[in-house]
Amino acid sequence: MADGALKPLVEVRNLKMHFPIFSGILRRRAGEVKAVDGVSFDIFEGETLGLVGESGCGKSTAGRAILRLYDITEGSIRIDGAEIGSQPQDDLRAMRPRMQMVFQDPQASLNPRMSVAGIIGEPLDEHTKLSKSEKLDRIYELMDAVGLNRDFANRYPHEFSGGQRQRIGIARALALNPKFIVCDEPIAALDVSIQAQVVNLLEDLQEKFGLTYLFISHDLSMVRHIADRVAVMYLGKVVELAPRDALYTVPKHPYTEALLSAVPEPDPRLEAKVERIILKGDVPSPANPPKGCNFCTRCPKVMEICRSEEPEFREVAPGHFTACHLHDQTKSQTAGKTAASEAQ
Amino acid sequence: MFTYTIRRLIISIPTLLFIALVIFLLLEMAPGDPMAQVPLTVPPEVKERMREALGLGDPVHIRFFKWMQQFFIVEPMHLLDGLFGTSFAEGQQRVISWQTRSPVMDIVMQRMPQTLWVVAMSYVVGVLIALPIGIYSAYRQYSIFDQAGTFVSMVGYSVPPFFSGVVVIVIFSVKLGWLPSIYDTTHVVNDWESFVVQLKQMIMPVMVLALQTTAQISRFMRASMLDNLNQDYVRTARAKGLTEAVVVMVHVLRNSMIPVITVIALGVPSIFGGAIITEQIFKVNGLGQLLITAIQANDLPMVQTLTFIFAILIVLFNLIADVLYGILDPRIRYD
Repeated sequence: MADGALKPLVEVRNLKMHFPIFSGILRRRAGEVKAVDGVSFDIFEGETLGLVGESGCGKSTAGRAILRLYDITEGSIRIDGAEIGSQPQDDLRAMRPRMQMVFQDPQASLNPRMSVAGIIGEPLDEHTKLSKSEKLDRIYELMDAVGLNRDFANRYPHEFSGGQRQRIGIARALALNPKFIVCDEPIAALDVSIQAQVVNLLEDLQEKFGLTYLFISHDLSMVRHIADRVAVMYLGKVVELAPRDALYTVPKHPYTEALLSAVPEPDPRLEAKVERIILKGDVPSPANPPKGCNFCTRCPKVMEICRSEEPEFREVAPGHFTACHLHDQTKSQTAGKTAASEAQ
Repeated sequence: MFTYTIRRLIISIPTLLFIALVIFLLLEMAPGDPMAQVPLTVPPEVKERMREALGLGDPVHIRFFKWMQQFFIVEPMHLLDGLFGTSFAEGQQRVISWQTRSPVMDIVMQRMPQTLWVVAMSYVVGVLIALPIGIYSAYRQYSIFDQAGTFVSMVGYSVPPFFSGVVVIVIFSVKLGWLPSIYDTTHVVNDWESFVVQLKQMIMPVMVLALQTTAQISRFMRASMLDNLNQDYVRTARAKGLTEAVVVMVHVLRNSMIPVITVIALGVPSIFGGAIITEQIFKVNGLGQLLITAIQANDLPMVQTLTFIFAILIVLFNLIADVLYGILDPRIRYD
């Protein structure tokens, strides 16, 4: 899957996005929320990278930061060979057509005062010099591509259902023929029956237009369905990154194991036998992450070293990266304890 | 939308009739005697005859219906006569002011230009100043500009015009002698010089009143912009690669203007009500000044008519605000 022949389209290195906290009478800077704290990964051309993790772990922030919808704190982002990490927003505008985003809330992310044609056509006004009729043709073409009736072009977003609105959002993202699309929980706000439609639409479009996706979700089954490789985030860091099948069958990081064990099993007889790994306690505040490994406060396999030293993000099997002391050189000593390590 | 407007207009008729009745009864209950200013040497029976001549001899309900007949039938007919040279209203009794014995509507028409020049101009100026301030304060929230804007709004809200008016008179008329302290209503604008004079005498009352409007509207504008700036669709607009100007002025502003325009429309009737206090200070003889002198003189037909005209305007502009809301916001449908 992630073989070396493919060329990375997106290269993220040590991406950090910290939001300052101001407090006190003088509103001094009291600290920062480390929403994304040193994330690195590649996304290869034509693949879908799933980004999973619990609420508040920084998935969406990472997705937005990669498209520079935020001014990032630190790090480098290369998309299609161009460095965008430190570009001023004005220079980025010209590059926006190549990278687009599908937002989580299809209701809020569409301007309520613009018709569908206005929403889809606006990027064309800004970035192309199409005539009026060419623009309309393109709008109709896009509406066809996402399965929206052309008669809806002059309607407003509130007149649509959630699934239709998300199609509008997708058509809008496709308007300028992007190469890379960040899908920020595109299905989280939709009914289960509609989720499948939208995910299949995304897959069809990927095939048709050769798109590359960063698919952010907390729905592990959906990610298993659509993603080629999966990255797991916890408290602003990627803890594990692996090809889909490897991650779902032999997870290396205790957090991934816990996440996977939480996926419900449809067969009730098997469901009774599944042993859930229940994590204790709450996620630490991203403003004040624990010393050492971020996961050490809740990890069922926590060791002494975890509380003092931050684990390195390293390749433990071909294409399988994780940041965990269980897979350090000391692996031989702890191997007996973890089934995951044995499976390797 | 059209049927909605028609329905609302029909509903407003009983509302206005009820308001007319309430105003009439309130004035009826109010103490005071229109003959109070008549010298004591006039014998009581003469005074009684004068009262009857004003129509005060009839019972309350008769007087109310007479006023209604005069206001709703005779006055509009008189207006038609004036416009088309017809003679529908000839020989019919109009609403007569007790102070001047001339028709109330004629006086209102004489006073209207002064009020419109000063108060309406101040409203326009206030709104024009307020909108950019509100937009920029929201866009740069907590910046020095925003803090200064907040301070000015607070001053505008909290300092009453009878104070700020006198302060500017003391500064610009008394100390500096740049501007006249009294608004000359007889001044005729016919050339550049007289226009400059008119401008000079308008500046102070207009700016004192505009401060109030600016304070209110700029706060609304700022709050509404802030509501919209953090919306997801703004992020979408940025992700589309639109320029910041388009994002703010087209996406955010157009959505933020919906509540602000409503507030502006609702404020329009208060223009016609005049600015009673400010008109007094600068001696502008507009509608506000007319109302206050009518109240002092117990000129009931004048007070009744003016108050009722304000009521009509308030009802009308409420309807206009609602209709505007429906036009501007596609999510709102009235039918």
